[in-house]
Amino acid sequence: MSMTATDSEHVLLDVRDLNVSFDSPDGVVEAVRNVSFKLDQGRTLGIVGESGSGKSVSTQSIVGLVQGARISGQARFDGRDLLMLAQPELRAIRGPGIAMIFQNPMSCLHPLYPVGWQIMEMIRAHQSVSRSQARLRAIELLGQVGIPRPDVRVDDYPHQYSGGMLQRAMIAMAIALNPRVLIADEPTTALDVTVQAQILRLLRHIQEQFGTAIIMITHDLGVVSEIADDVMVMYAGRAMEQASREALLRRPRHPYTQGLLRSRPQADSLGRALTSIPGQPPSLIAGARGCPFQPRCTQAISRCATDMPPLAVLAADGNDPHRSACWLTQAEDAP
Amino acid sequence: MIAYLLRRAAWGALVVWLVATLVFVVYFAVPRDVARLIAGRQASEETLAVVRARLGLDQPLIVQYGRYLGRLTKGDLGESFITQEPVTTIIARDIPVTASLAIGGAALWLLLGISAGVVAAARPRSRIDRAITAVALFFYSMPSFLVGQLLLFFLFFQFYLAGIELFPPGSYVPLSEDPLQWMRFLILPWLTIALVTGAIYARLTRGAMLEALGEDYIRTARAKGLSERRVILRHALRSSLSPVVTQFGIDIGSLLGGAIVTEVVFGLPGLGREVVQAILKQDLPVIIGVTILSSALVVGANLLVDLLHAALDPRVRV
Ligand SMILES: Nc1ncnc2c1ncn2[C@@H]1O[C@H](COP(=O)(O)OP(=O)(O)OP(=O)(O)O)[C@@H](O)[C@H]1O
Ligand SMILES: [Mg+2]
Repeated sequence: MSMTATDSEHVLLDVRDLNVSFDSPDGVVEAVRNVSFKLDQGRTLGIVGESGSGKSVSTQSIVGLVQGARISGQARFDGRDLLMLAQPELRAIRGPGIAMIFQNPMSCLHPLYPVGWQIMEMIRAHQSVSRSQARLRAIELLGQVGIPRPDVRVDDYPHQYSGGMLQRAMIAMAIALNPRVLIADEPTTALDVTVQAQILRLLRHIQEQFGTAIIMITHDLGVVSEIADDVMVMYAGRAMEQASREALLRRPRHPYTQGLLRSRPQADSLGRALTSIPGQPPSLIAGARGCPFQPRCTQAISRCATDMPPLAVLAADGNDPHRSACWLTQAEDAP
Repeated sequence: MIAYLLRRAAWGALVVWLVATLVFVVYFAVPRDVARLIAGRQASEETLAVVRARLGLDQPLIVQYGRYLGRLTKGDLGESFITQEPVTTIIARDIPVTASLAIGGAALWLLLGISAGVVAAARPRSRIDRAITAVALFFYSMPSFLVGQLLLFFLFFQFYLAGIELFPPGSYVPLSEDPLQWMRFLILPWLTIALVTGAIYARLTRGAMLEALGEDYIRTARAKGLSERRVILRHALRSSLSPVVTQFGIDIGSLLGGAIVTEVVFGLPGLGREVVQAILKQDLPVIIGVTILSSALVVGANLLVDLLHAALDPRVRV
């Protein structure tokens, strides 16, 4: 996530000032506000936050998968701004450029088509290969992600797979075209702990093998500590803190991140449940003033209720920029 | 799956048997002098006795019922009281008309209904969606004989006045003789059936499509980089077919009813018209024959629908 110019050629995906809002009966829902992040080749960016913080919307909107939203900002990929592309151009990128794995594998595959067919369909949408070639590739992929007897299971329907196998199949599909970016949106949330660990290992293995850049969305700091190089903590559609994994885990600066870390079960590095910060989830309706975390923040000062702190680079962390959107941390670091 | 189908088939046979028994009860067991019905009002007591003996009406009811079922299982539906023709002959003559009407009408209603629903759901709340919804509501709330009359008025009568015989009613040409003429004479009756019922299917398909389009696997399909056309036709429509097939199973029964009305409106020489005349003339064997046949057809069609369900959904195929 370095900002220096020399690194910029390794930057694969560069999102700047992303804003996504929806019209709703209660007013405009600002699901993502001024979010910027970068993703380097072969690296993993973890996006952490509780439910509704805008993790999915901020990633899905850049590949045009969010419908009925107003989107502004920039998302440079391969020298082009994804937000300016027409659907056909974007479609060509979905898959070979940026592939996705979603949260709930049981509902993310079409129940009426065989698993292998669904992988073949993806291959054949982007490459002119014959049906039998695509089938062989699908079998190979299923084998690669650890499906036993892939030449048989390729013809199974999703309901014949277990949850963990379905997520592996989703991963097989996502890596079918050797994507440069893999967005994994809570890929392990629906799975039990041992399967979670296997899936994370599989993703790391894929990254080592193919140099894939990964965005790992999670509400679980345990997952972040396992796999991420850089971390963005989101709250109410905003980036609250951005840092390298080491910096973030060693010295979290934002009160929200501190709360997340405290509420994390220590014994089990894959534990879930980050909901123990007291208070209500924030409203995303436009027009609210101040810091969205202020009502739940134990360290809030009067200014927090009226002004939103900018996401500022903290001087203390030198050339590995550690950013935090909090008046307190910014005051601490003021010279 | 095989066991399931056998069970369904057994149920179907039971239903047909129940229907057969019911018509027997309604027409023979209730106090009504069938012999007089046949012989006419002026017939002497001797004549009536002869008729009764010939038809076995002098036997106890249970014996009559046994003979009736016995003939049914041999496929013998008796003879018309009026023309003495075997009922099976009458049915064999009329059924191509009714089958052409019903199958063509159903095909057209599925085609119109499903495609209208898909087009509407592809752009929800757009102008085309609203237009389709409005047209569907219009036909949905109209009785089919009225639709038939309107079609006749606008597509036949108006042209007829101008000296063009476009879609004349009252004629039928077998498909094997001249497919074009066959279509020409059936197109208005087909539309009559299709517009009314198709309206239901447009609404049903639209609803099922909108639901399917909100599913997670549609997002996956889009994330795979598929074209929107493929997402809609191969993914969303595929899931929407099951509710449509279920509804179709329900509608097969009313399809025959609709065919009767339509045949009468358009003067088509089919089973429907036959049975209406038979009711007017109290020609019991014809009424009974057609009733039993249609119940068997509905049962058979529902069995087909079950098979179709299994073909559509791998989770049903066990
Ligand atoms: N199509 C939509 N219309 C209106 N609001 C939406 C829409 N999609 C998402 N939102 C809102 O945007 C906010 C962010 O949603 P998002 O799915 O990005 O959260 P998330 O961080 O991924 O949460 P989770 O961990 O539950 O997946 C939520 O409040 C959600 O209600
Ligand atoms: Mg999400």
